[in-house]
Amino acid sequence: MTKQIRQLDRVVIRFAGDSGDGMQLTGDRFTSETAQLGNDISTLPNFPAEIRAPAGTLPGVSSFQVHFADYDILTPGDAPNVLVAMNPAALKANLAELPRGADIIVNTDEFTKRNLAKVGYTTSPLEDDSLAGYVVHPVALTSMTVGALAEHDVSKKDAERAKNMFALGLLSWMYSRPYESTLRFLERKFAARPELVAANIAAFRAGWNFGETTENFSVRYEVKPAKMVPGTYRNITGNAALSLGLVAAGVRSGLPVFLGAYPITPASDILHELSKHKRFGVVTMQAEDEIAAVGAALGASYGGSLGVTTTSGPGVALKSETISLAVALELPLVIVDVQRAGPSTGMPTKTEQADLNMALYGRHGEAPVAVIAPKSPADCFHAALEAARIALTYRTPVILLSDNYVANGSEPWLLPDVESLPDLRVEFATQPNGEDGTTFLPYLRDPETLARPWAIPGTPGLEHRIGGLEKADRTGDISYDPANHDFMVRTRAARIETIPVPDVEVEDPDGDARVLVLGWGSTYGPIGAACRGLRQRGLSIAQAHLRHLAPMPANLGAVLRSYDRVVIPEMNLGQLAHVIRARYLVDAIGYNQVRGLPFTAAELETMLEEVLKNV
Amino acid sequence: MSEPVALKLTAKDFKSDQEVRWCPGCGDYAILAAVQQFMPELNIPRENTVFVSGIGCSSRFPYYMNTYGMHSIHGRAPAIATGLSVSRPDLSVWVVTGDGDALSIGGNHLIHALRRNVNLKILLFNNRIYGLTKGQYSPTSEVGKITKSTPVGSADAPFNPISLALGAEATFVGRTIDSDRKHLQSVLRAAAEHQGSAFVEIYQNCNIFNDGAFDQLKEPATRDDFLIRLEHGQPITFGKDGQFCVVHPPGGFGLEVRETAGTPAEEIVVHDATVTDPAYAFALSRLPGLDLRNTPIGVFRSVTRPSYDSVVQEQVATAKAKVTETPEQQLAGLLSSGDTWTIL
Repeated sequence: MTKQIRQLDRVVIRFAGDSGDGMQLTGDRFTSETAQLGNDISTLPNFPAEIRAPAGTLPGVSSFQVHFADYDILTPGDAPNVLVAMNPAALKANLAELPRGADIIVNTDEFTKRNLAKVGYTTSPLEDDSLAGYVVHPVALTSMTVGALAEHDVSKKDAERAKNMFALGLLSWMYSRPYESTLRFLERKFAARPELVAANIAAFRAGWNFGETTENFSVRYEVKPAKMVPGTYRNITGNAALSLGLVAAGVRSGLPVFLGAYPITPASDILHELSKHKRFGVVTMQAEDEIAAVGAALGASYGGSLGVTTTSGPGVALKSETISLAVALELPLVIVDVQRAGPSTGMPTKTEQADLNMALYGRHGEAPVAVIAPKSPADCFHAALEAARIALTYRTPVILLSDNYVANGSEPWLLPDVESLPDLRVEFATQPNGEDGTTFLPYLRDPETLARPWAIPGTPGLEHRIGGLEKADRTGDISYDPANHDFMVRTRAARIETIPVPDVEVEDPDGDARVLVLGWGSTYGPIGAACRGLRQRGLSIAQAHLRHLAPMPANLGAVLRSYDRVVIPEMNLGQLAHVIRARYLVDAIGYNQVRGLPFTAAELETMLEEVLKNV
Repeated sequence: MSEPVALKLTAKDFKSDQEVRWCPGCGDYAILAAVQQFMPELNIPRENTVFVSGIGCSSRFPYYMNTYGMHSIHGRAPAIATGLSVSRPDLSVWVVTGDGDALSIGGNHLIHALRRNVNLKILLFNNRIYGLTKGQYSPTSEVGKITKSTPVGSADAPFNPISLALGAEATFVGRTIDSDRKHLQSVLRAAAEHQGSAFVEIYQNCNIFNDGAFDQLKEPATRDDFLIRLEHGQPITFGKDGQFCVVHPPGGFGLEVRETAGTPAEEIVVHDATVTDPAYAFALSRLPGLDLRNTPIGVFRSVTRPSYDSVVQEQVATAKAKVTETPEQQLAGLLSSGDTWTIL
């Protein structure tokens, strides 16, 4: 039959199933096919912390949302246009977020009495009128997959497991995706078991062909490539980009990267990724605990490496004492906090921005550090380089505040030219710096950067001792002198406060906005999308986004004061707003949610519209 | 390879310009002097030697050594030193710690450094008391110890540091005493020669808060009858007149002390520090009684196992050996790996 082809400018698809159904992989593959086509993309995985929650239950539902468009997009989409539900739990868990009129593709094989009962359905939603407002496509995904693989030399279990490839084949057909990369991927993934390569490819093709032939799907869609900056792209998650940024920092500084880490969600992927790059001289150490991880990193920095530790909020809490030591020792150290919902174990796979206070203030004594935050998955690459730059140039700990949303979300990344990356080379001290020409003064500072010399062990003539006890200015000897302590505390504060960081840029295309939305970190996408929405409706609004949270850009106060209202949306209870109010005496309005999920553009747009009305 | 150049260093070269601030009469002075006198023997340039410490009286040690040094935070010296040693295998890295620092707040880092076999020389000054915080009981204090924080006696059982290190399968474990410079230096010498973690417990007197803790091991009247001086390859006999010996009783798990008279010579255990199974050294570590009778000193165990540092560095070297491109070229290749697409 001839299928109608309809052009769309954007689509949001959510793949949802049991955590054992392979939804993350399915979403990943669909994303990769979509990237090949040249659409702009943004993705959002959402999975439980449990590795395998009881099958078929609501807590076990894992999903992957992909938003793709023929123009540049900023978020993974507020609500899906298409839901692929592999079982009743996946349907029930996601239905509330599905707008009326959306397509639902359900795996009818899983809608058994037992599975329905597990999630509290008394009657099948496929048979009553509860899905009346939706376009439901019932597909016997499992049995058709098994049927398609009847001739294959695989177990029934393996055949059933290939149902995600059937679903991927169907969706790839529906949205006219190029699938060669998926076939290549399957060949790589199952290289050791050729029968699985054949079975998964057959399942994929069966799904594609099903779309082509069944009357159930009468329309096929196309989303044309987006107009993007020319160049070579790859799709990348925040954690992967951050890892590559650290490798790049090693190359550009000429220093070995040393990562000390203890496994923790959602940061472990950085440890996994960096452990693959030994050929760059990267050393990774899985330490016995979070404290040892940062301790080892600091020890490596002392020896002349770029010491890095990666963790999430609970880990930063444990590392706090060592970070303070690094403040006193004035050595480079990069601490990556991939934030998750807290306090305590909280919701380990859900996102939040509630570690800002801890990053800024969570240490004993006056212990200022630099704090920066990436705004999107690809931006994690540049943020990691910037963290390394500050740490190396100013000999200070730098906390890099990523979060689960940017860490696991993905977007196309315009590959940078290596030569264009910042030059991070440092000079170790090699000669005595005292006026007498023979003495070494470990705390004699560079007048411009206020950084002390980095004299690494192995350098003859510069033997010296450093430690956590207060040090005398210049000599670094132990000092309990009141005036010296006051001076050193103020100097350490000035060291951070005077780090030059770029001015904050304001996006106000209409030029007459009276309201400024200020954000930091991963809220950039939803805030940007909300602002676009308002502007499309003729409303003026300005957006500014902070990458540097400590020190803050020099022009920030002036920017804030030039608007009638400043609104600060955050995935916490107002931590940045508090800082802004205290620092700049600006009556900023907070907009806060801590649901473990990113803001939707729609909720921000509604909120901002209210603010605009009342200016 | 040419012979290493003799550096002709002296003890004086290892003295820093800092005023030593331990209490007069502290056992730490003797250890510091012994270490400073011993260091030139190693013929390692001062700049390649690093002392890392935690917190406590003993942890002030690095300030007094004219080498590189870091006085870090409580309990974390083994972790910090691990990062340094792994990333800088060219350095000789020493950890100075105490019973509270290493066995209480830093217990985790100690056992993990030992099981990894990081190339660190760990000197644990054991005075069985918290000195710097003015006299609380420590994890090596005897049960019932009356201190400021335990006015009616401590309720918890102590660690035996040697047993603990052996439980973590440390490849080198030794014990010595602050007041016996010659013995102390002999154990340091063996530790320094060891590739991998070398753990040395040094009994050290805190004359302010726990004076005389090891007197039985030091007083001429008792020491020879109390101390078992372990010598590799030698039968284990001790006592003023060699009247005691160590045997392995049939059917038992451990070792026992017997009177030499009446014990057939072939039943006396010949000390072998190279026994792979740590159970032997562990049995030695269990000999002392509460009154310090039968306390072995010397090298309990010295076995060969690749150090963590060397394995890690080998992995890096192997990966690097395959590289033919410049780092920048490698990086460009890495960034553009995976599925890419180009927009013209």
